Amino acid sequence: MTTALTTSADAPGADAHGGAPAVRISHVHKSFGRPGAQTHVLDDITLDVAPGEFVTLLGASGCGKSTLLNLVAGLDKPSAGAIEVTGGRPALMFQEHALFPWLTAGKNIELALKLAGLPRPERRPEAERLLELVRLQGAYGKRVHELSGGMRQRVAMARALAQGSKVLLMDEPFAALDAITRDVLHDEITRIWAERQLSVLFVTHNVREAVRLAQRVVLLSSRPGRVAREWRIDLPQPRRIESSGVADLSIEITEELRGEIRRHGQH
Amino acid sequence: MASTDTTPVLEKTDRAGKAPSDTADVGAGLDALDAVTAHRGSIGQALRTKALPPLIGVLVVLALWQGAYSLHVTSSYKLPSPADVWRSAQDLWYQGTLFSIIWTSVWRGLSGFLLAVVIGTPIGLVVARIRPVRTAIGPVLQGLQSLPSVAWVPAAVIWLGINDQMMYAVILLGAVPSIANGLVAGIDQVPPLFLRAGRTIGATGLTGARHVLIPAALPGYLAGLKQGWAFSWRSLMAAELVASSPDLGRGLGRFLEDQREFSDMSGVLLGIILILFVGIAIELLVFTPVERRVLRNRGLLATGK
Repeated sequence: MTTALTTSADAPGADAHGGAPAVRISHVHKSFGRPGAQTHVLDDITLDVAPGEFVTLLGASGCGKSTLLNLVAGLDKPSAGAIEVTGGRPALMFQEHALFPWLTAGKNIELALKLAGLPRPERRPEAERLLELVRLQGAYGKRVHELSGGMRQRVAMARALAQGSKVLLMDEPFAALDAITRDVLHDEITRIWAERQLSVLFVTHNVREAVRLAQRVVLLSSRPGRVAREWRIDLPQPRRIESSGVADLSIEITEELRGEIRRHGQH
Repeated sequence: MASTDTTPVLEKTDRAGKAPSDTADVGAGLDALDAVTAHRGSIGQALRTKALPPLIGVLVVLALWQGAYSLHVTSSYKLPSPADVWRSAQDLWYQGTLFSIIWTSVWRGLSGFLLAVVIGTPIGLVVARIRPVRTAIGPVLQGLQSLPSVAWVPAAVIWLGINDQMMYAVILLGAVPSIANGLVAGIDQVPPLFLRAGRTIGATGLTGARHVLIPAALPGYLAGLKQGWAFSWRSLMAAELVASSPDLGRGLGRFLEDQREFSDMSGVLLGIILILFVGIAIELLVFTPVERRVLRNRGLLATGK
């Protein structure tokens, strides 16, 4: 509210990873509602995602993690602060697959390719390649309702990648899936992230999922959302969600998360 | 969902060297288990369940009609038998005018309807998406739907004279509001998620309307088109009934009015039946297949049931 809109020139120089970050969120505030009756959702969030880094944003409900993702995706504007994404509009995946039911799986991907400016003759082969990447070769002509939940999310992943952005934002994309399917998709996103050298900002409220996937876990506090703590995860990939390494760290982070939530019950 | 999963712990150690094909195999197995297979019934079954009931309905109506005629419920010049009406149809057929009468009206109705689609669609888009326009003319547009289009005939005759333009004007005044309203309703029902998804892949403005908004609103739009056709057809019949001129082609409405002037009740009934028949035929041949196709493609239609 009070912070002036910072320009990119104010941002400090290159970070520890070398080169410009894939996503730079500096001093972002977000409020909703009319002046006087405002809800402060995000409070001074500063966060970088380095090129090729996998970051999970973790928090209880009301921490504004989805709001932050919408800001990064450009679907909404911050009240104050600046957000920079290198390589143009980032790709975004939702909790619901959000595939268009009037198009086949392949045509959903081709629409994204078309809007990204790919010439017509190259679209079909590229769509087939992307389907192969998410291990759905042969699903090109399938209608959305003919696919299972896991398959739909994989097509959604292919459509997100079709935008050609190296930055992938994911808003609890696996929350609605059963545990077995989610486990498989964790393996898949880890493989695709490495293969395509993506920079991923992944929102979840599932601590184990956050630890299973990320190189860095960022814990947000709730109402307003602030960066509470960060953990760097050095366990080798691919990890298993049941492994002791993931479990141990999950216990530690869960304790911290519970602490954040407890604070709200005391007022 | 709980913040921690209760996945059973199968192995206590990290298996960094897990073969990549393992995931692929599990994934392929899940896909196979989750595969949705659509079943479609046989043609015989479809005939039995879809064609038989309406056929029985028509036969019942004919039987009641014949019964009323045979029992002399009223004088036969007021209520001719089904056979009399059939003979009127045969006469028309032998005169060689049956098809020209039907075609004159169908051509006017369909071309007027298509014109109404061309005009009503942008109006619907603008009303649905631009807030001040909606506040200004949305209620009027909805109100116009309840105005019987025959009320426009006198005005159209004074403005344009008794000619084809006047017929088209009446069709447009009847059909445009219902097509525009159908599109507005269709757009209002589009899940916001589709619009967000469209915007993230770069479908904004007119591109967004073309690739996301209109296809997403298609089921509601089709319902509006169907109603627009019904309104076009009704408006046209009203206009043809009222407007009489030797310069005008002779359509079904004119035929109906001519038979009344001759006090030929079987001709009048034939006219009514033909108007009803054309209305139903266009709906069954044009709109129903399109609507079913759209709904089936989106998985909104129970298949094989």
